[in-house]
Amino acid sequence: MKHRALLIVAGLVGAGTLAVSLSVAAAGTSRPAAPAKAAAYPAPKVPNAAAIKAKYHGQKITFVGDSVGNGHVRDLALAKRFTKDTGIKVNVVPHPAASDQAYSDLVRNFSQKSSSIDVAMIDVVWPGAFAPYLVDLKPKLGKQSKIHAPGIVAADTVGGKLVAMPWFGDFGLLYYRTDLLTKYGYSKPPTSWSQLFAMAKKIQTGEQKSNPSFYGFVFQGNAYEGLTCNALEWIASAGGGHYIDNGKASINNSKAQTILDAMRAQIGKITPRGVTSYQEDQTEHAFDNGDAAFARNWPYQYGIGATAGSKVKGKFSVAPLPHGANGKSVATVGGWQLAVSKYSKHKDATIEFVRYMTSKPVEKFDAITNSNVPTIPSLAKDKQVYKTNPYLKPATASVARVARPSKFLKTHYNEASKAIFQGINQILNGTPAKSVLPALQSKLNTILKEK
Amino acid sequence: MSSVATPAPVSGRRRRRTKLQRRQSRLAWLLLLPALAVVAFVAIYPLGKTVYQSFTNQEFLAGITPTKWVGLENYRTLWHDTLFRNSVIETVKFTLITVSFEFVLGLVIALVVNSSFKGRGLMRAVMLVPWAIPTVVAAKMWQWMLDDVFGVVNDIGVRTGILSHPHAWISDPATALASVCAVDIWKTTPFVALLLLAGLQVIPRDLYEAADVDGAGPVQQFFRITLPLLRPAILVVLIFRTLDALRVFDVFYVFFGQRPDTQTMAIYNQSTIVGDGHVGYGAAISVAIFLIISLFVVIYVTFVRVTDE
Repeated sequence: MKHRALLIVAGLVGAGTLAVSLSVAAAGTSRPAAPAKAAAYPAPKVPNAAAIKAKYHGQKITFVGDSVGNGHVRDLALAKRFTKDTGIKVNVVPHPAASDQAYSDLVRNFSQKSSSIDVAMIDVVWPGAFAPYLVDLKPKLGKQSKIHAPGIVAADTVGGKLVAMPWFGDFGLLYYRTDLLTKYGYSKPPTSWSQLFAMAKKIQTGEQKSNPSFYGFVFQGNAYEGLTCNALEWIASAGGGHYIDNGKASINNSKAQTILDAMRAQIGKITPRGVTSYQEDQTEHAFDNGDAAFARNWPYQYGIGATAGSKVKGKFSVAPLPHGANGKSVATVGGWQLAVSKYSKHKDATIEFVRYMTSKPVEKFDAITNSNVPTIPSLAKDKQVYKTNPYLKPATASVARVARPSKFLKTHYNEASKAIFQGINQILNGTPAKSVLPALQSKLNTILKEK
Repeated sequence: MSSVATPAPVSGRRRRRTKLQRRQSRLAWLLLLPALAVVAFVAIYPLGKTVYQSFTNQEFLAGITPTKWVGLENYRTLWHDTLFRNSVIETVKFTLITVSFEFVLGLVIALVVNSSFKGRGLMRAVMLVPWAIPTVVAAKMWQWMLDDVFGVVNDIGVRTGILSHPHAWISDPATALASVCAVDIWKTTPFVALLLLAGLQVIPRDLYEAADVDGAGPVQQFFRITLPLLRPAILVVLIFRTLDALRVFDVFYVFFGQRPDTQTMAIYNQSTIVGDGHVGYGAAISVAIFLIISLFVVIYVTFVRVTDE
């Protein structure tokens, strides 16, 4: 029976340790206060709320929304306001952080004809894949779609149906530390990749003396959709094509090979060795913690770094990404849309929610509190928006956009992107490009032939 | 009238069943029926459906392709699929490494905890903590600890001089498999130790006392008494662990995601069905994995039965 006493002690010790570690974990988050910012600029009120309330009060809808950066916080703020004004309850579910996983979740939902999702955030490359499962928004939101950028609305229109409404835009940016550039004698950010490598090396060597965790360049190198976006910028800016051009795979060429091998050579030298496991959040953490000189990320990172309390506030800026030899700078077009499931049991209430979310005041709210790119061109000239989103200045915003080849791949986009990001991740992890690109090209051609 | 059942019939001649025995047999079947129904619904029906789907070209987002019977085409493609072959090799490597380490370490721990010492009860409770943590949580924990920029493992290694500079355990292909094996061994050795401890406790003490009288040393006692009598427990442990290791998913998924060089059979299977939407081909992969695992079970059961005295 003396064993029993010992076991009780062990149990208490275990429970105590658990309680202590949980409270430490809860207290130890060093995120700058995004909710405080949202309170300073409140969620806009819902126009025509009384009429909506009269018709749809009490209905419950599920919104699969953002999970990167402070996206979820933004979604909750907007949903709360919408519920307060219209009485329609919105259940906000953040989707997986990796875009290809979010895609798989939606695939499963639609193939089961499930009514558990009413509205979802969909990536700019998915309308072609999901069109048969989405409600045509043209009858009710066609008029509102006219204030959005025509290019995005066209991408959201499949077979004449408007299957999604533009929600926010996205394109790749080069973030750089202005104070470190000055410290090491550089007057402006790099314009070519080789310049970036040289500058990153010099800054890293100097900074690592006092901060061993400092690295020159961080980006999204994990085997997921984000790598497809990053690598497209390297390859297209070096004249290596866009993975698939004119309906045929074009990735196996010498320019693509050169730039990919050049990147491979930098892994562990000016980038952390673990960058091949980085997604958006790790990139943002490294840069905003002061541990990187250059970072490639989406516009959302701007707002987080510029918040009061951030270690890099006032010490960074953005520029177009560098280009390869004899190429020009490009940015991968990203961006998210809102789509309504045709299996939803509350289509009309959901469409009112989408109308609210894609209206000018809400996009302005998103731009100011989350530094997301509005899809409404007139907002880019709004003084308040421009102030919090300086990357909207023409020099950065007018960089040529490149799109991932979803229009050739339709329902097979995810499979093709997987082949691409797996191949490129393999290259970054040490395999020479010439061993990977031929097989990748034939795999892409095989997928293109699938119906 | 039914006669009383006679004991021990001559071998070779079938015993005629009495009415009582038939009634008891019927009762036994009736009592088993609910359990059998559950097993049929939860195990046999999905398995059968998977086998059927493996002969079709079913897709998740079907589009315009109707689902039709394609016979052995999926299996033919699977035979030439290098990604699948690599995932099988990766999984078998992982299985061999983890099962052998876990078995040896688990046996040592079980032997230690079986002997009497002060604080033994506390030790037995504490040793189960890694096993009690959910696999995904443990994997995430180790992922942070093994990080090359801010991980605690590298920090301690560099400070004590064991490592010259931080190493990217997970990202570097050379150490990737080792890091994921280490985490699985840390987590599962307690489970092995627990099962072997249960087996050790059944061995009667007087066997050892008799061996002491005969002058046998501890090593001899271990190989002549402990191991042979532990054989049933060892078989259970090896089958459990091998089957679990062959189906490994969580740790690899958390550490590596969709990284191509570290995919296990289960990850490749999931990625094909859910990511690519190829349900028919994915079903063929599932059947292939089922057959590979069955092969291991057959090897174990045959091997152990053959050496049984």
